[in-house]
Amino acid sequence: MKISPQTREKIAFLFLGIATCLVLIPVFMIIFILMEKGAQAISWEFLTAKPRMGMRAGGIFPAIIGTVYLVLGTVAAALPLGLFAAIYLVEYAKGNWLTRMIEVAIVNLAGVPSVVYGLFGMGLFVIFMKLDASILAGSLTLAIMILPVIITASREALSTVPQSFREVSLALGVSKWQTIWHVVLPNAISGILTGTILGVSRAAGETAPILFTAAAFYLPKLPQSIFDQCMALPYHLYVLSTQVPNVNPKIQYGTALVLVGLVFFTNLVAIIIRARFRAGKQW
Amino acid sequence: MVNETLMKFEVKNLNVHYGNLQVLKDVTISVQKNEILGVIGPANSGKTSFLRVLNRLIDLTPDVRVKGEICLDGKNTYAKMNAEEVRKRVGMVFALPQPLPLSIFDNVAYGPRRHGQHNSGKLTEIVERSLKAAFLWDEVKDRLSASGMKLSGGQQQRLCIARTLAVEPEVILYDEPCSGLDPISTAKVEEAMFVLKEKYTQILVTNNVKQAARVGDRVAFFLMGELVEIDQADRIFTAPRDKRTDDYVTGRFG
Amino acid sequence: MKRQVESAIEKFILLNGIACIFFVILIFLFLAREGLALFKTFSPLDFLAGTRWYPISTPPRYGILPLFLGSLIVTLGATVISVPLGMACAIFIGEIAPRWLREILKAGVELLAAIPSIVIGFIGMVTLAPWVKHLFHLPTGLTALSGSITLAFMAVPTIVSIMEDAITAVPKSYRAGSLALGATHWQTIYRVVLPAASSGIVAAVMLGIGRVIGETMAVMMITGNAAVMPTTILEPVRTMTATIAAEMGETVQGSEHYFALFAIGLVLFVITFLINMTADIFLHRKRK
Repeated sequence: MKISPQTREKIAFLFLGIATCLVLIPVFMIIFILMEKGAQAISWEFLTAKPRMGMRAGGIFPAIIGTVYLVLGTVAAALPLGLFAAIYLVEYAKGNWLTRMIEVAIVNLAGVPSVVYGLFGMGLFVIFMKLDASILAGSLTLAIMILPVIITASREALSTVPQSFREVSLALGVSKWQTIWHVVLPNAISGILTGTILGVSRAAGETAPILFTAAAFYLPKLPQSIFDQCMALPYHLYVLSTQVPNVNPKIQYGTALVLVGLVFFTNLVAIIIRARFRAGKQW
Repeated sequence: MVNETLMKFEVKNLNVHYGNLQVLKDVTISVQKNEILGVIGPANSGKTSFLRVLNRLIDLTPDVRVKGEICLDGKNTYAKMNAEEVRKRVGMVFALPQPLPLSIFDNVAYGPRRHGQHNSGKLTEIVERSLKAAFLWDEVKDRLSASGMKLSGGQQQRLCIARTLAVEPEVILYDEPCSGLDPISTAKVEEAMFVLKEKYTQILVTNNVKQAARVGDRVAFFLMGELVEIDQADRIFTAPRDKRTDDYVTGRFG
Repeated sequence: MKRQVESAIEKFILLNGIACIFFVILIFLFLAREGLALFKTFSPLDFLAGTRWYPISTPPRYGILPLFLGSLIVTLGATVISVPLGMACAIFIGEIAPRWLREILKAGVELLAAIPSIVIGFIGMVTLAPWVKHLFHLPTGLTALSGSITLAFMAVPTIVSIMEDAITAVPKSYRAGSLALGATHWQTIYRVVLPAASSGIVAAVMLGIGRVIGETMAVMMITGNAAVMPTTILEPVRTMTATIAAEMGETVQGSEHYFALFAIGLVLFVITFLINMTADIFLHRKRK
């Protein structure tokens, strides 16, 4: 039986559509499951109280706050480093072998497995630099991990600023760095911000890098300084679901829901910033 | 013979390459103080490159090599000055109006601020003076905080002139400034140039031969990177010495 | 004064620029320093080719092969699932979906990418694994297959987004030419567009593979953690990444076991380095 090309096309497109559904359905499934089973656990107490009874009751507040601290530390380290690296690549780099090497390095940093970052962080920050397992060590490790994200996004944002702006400023006798600071950066800020927020939301969800560098499952007190260890949401979920017996599943789902909620919320903020900037752009 | 002390720019044996491509060949030319020098020629004749050598904006082009002697008031702009110094004294107005995404006030105040002027009284004075000199003050004086990008094309170009004037250069370079403008805006820009003659030396690159005739004291004709001829404006158009000049100004090519 | 400040700033910027090169080298050095220390007391050949990973036996055995094969099986399984699925999705989004749908679909894929791997692992553990156990009548659902399926969904967003970029980068003139000759849209896609986007497609697959090999937490939760030579995909396995994560907490710093885990890390680093370099070459080739 000869199938005409038109029919073949219809069949092919049908399969492609099914495949797309197969890809996207799990997203909704996951969200649905989390909400169905975890929403019951969410309460004011859950979000603000410390865990009790070996994590089987109470709240996950220390894990939330620990994640927040880690994220803040990560931004503080990664943003300046990543932004200036991007400034170098866009404004100063000469497109020679050095530039290419930097780009290769960025691609590689992006591909290093997260557990290898954990090993590296432990070897360098915890042991060699004697920082011990701490928020500082964890943040620095996460910062290097999300560096490629920030550099790539900042690079794009800086490249979008029209070259004419730079020429105008330089033609007035303004120096190169002043031009970057007063003209280029202010007009690239939303892209830089978006990239940073996306990088940060990624860092918030990572477990392996903080396994050996910062995270603890139970700490009697909240961290008082960056040299203390902290609890963290992803690690908390991991232990709750694999190492603590007889945990009410509600709590596991609830923790997962809070983590996903946090990550989605930050992504949403980034997307809104990006959209509003594009709408208001005068050039 | 032209009096030596009236030279603003003296260019000797200027050769410019972009990589392997030579864009200016052995150009020797001088620009007199307070004149308006028109620069004409077909596309790719090197006119814009010439202009960009004068304010060293050509340094931004990748793989560029600039050889020769360029002197501003007797001082070599490459050997004895740094780029920022040169550009403070030699301003440029670009082909398409390029306002910065700032208010009208901030556009004009941008240069002075970067050069260290932060006194708001002084800045207001500078902005007003510059906008008046660019014949834009009356049209915008009530909305200085409006965005510079919301002005019409002709107004934007005059804003750019005001912005250039605000840093008080000595020379103003114009790179086809009226190419995107309607005749009335063009007339206003040309009017401004006449008035600015008193204090500034101006060099106008233009594709519009008639504009060069209207505005220029002297006119230089560039062709394929070479300076073919330079003379008083009326003589270039009525009795050019080189046949190529004659062909171009009469429209036989271009 | 201004010039000096500006010059100092420029030097600082340059330093930040080369920082990435510095970090890659640093990571390699640290892994090598601790990892190669293993070979003072344990033969490299036994490490790379040994079939038994028994860190707590006497004498301890640090053969990486079961772990390597575990990673390999799970990765292959995930690739077999995610590449066709991701490619189909990328083609649909890039070529067939109308513009309004395209943005929604892309957002959906981005949403999938945003879900932390630990959550996907968790969901896989509580939904997929019991289902696999039930379907195949296994003693446990924590198997290589479950891991493959779960990891496939983590690799798909990477594959979809890079492939979709590659597909939309194919010039419209190519398509127009083919359609003008009477080909259907679908014929145009598989005869003209896909071959033209081939290096981007290859790069996407490689980066997807790299993503899967490097995944740690999800595999820990789903593949069962049995560090033995795998024979089928319906058995528990242990990957290299999971081994590091699971055992590092129990080792003493400076012990042979400790060095062995770093040695695995070194192997992982080298593997992902090679994959990423290859992918980058393909991406770069496309841009020319």
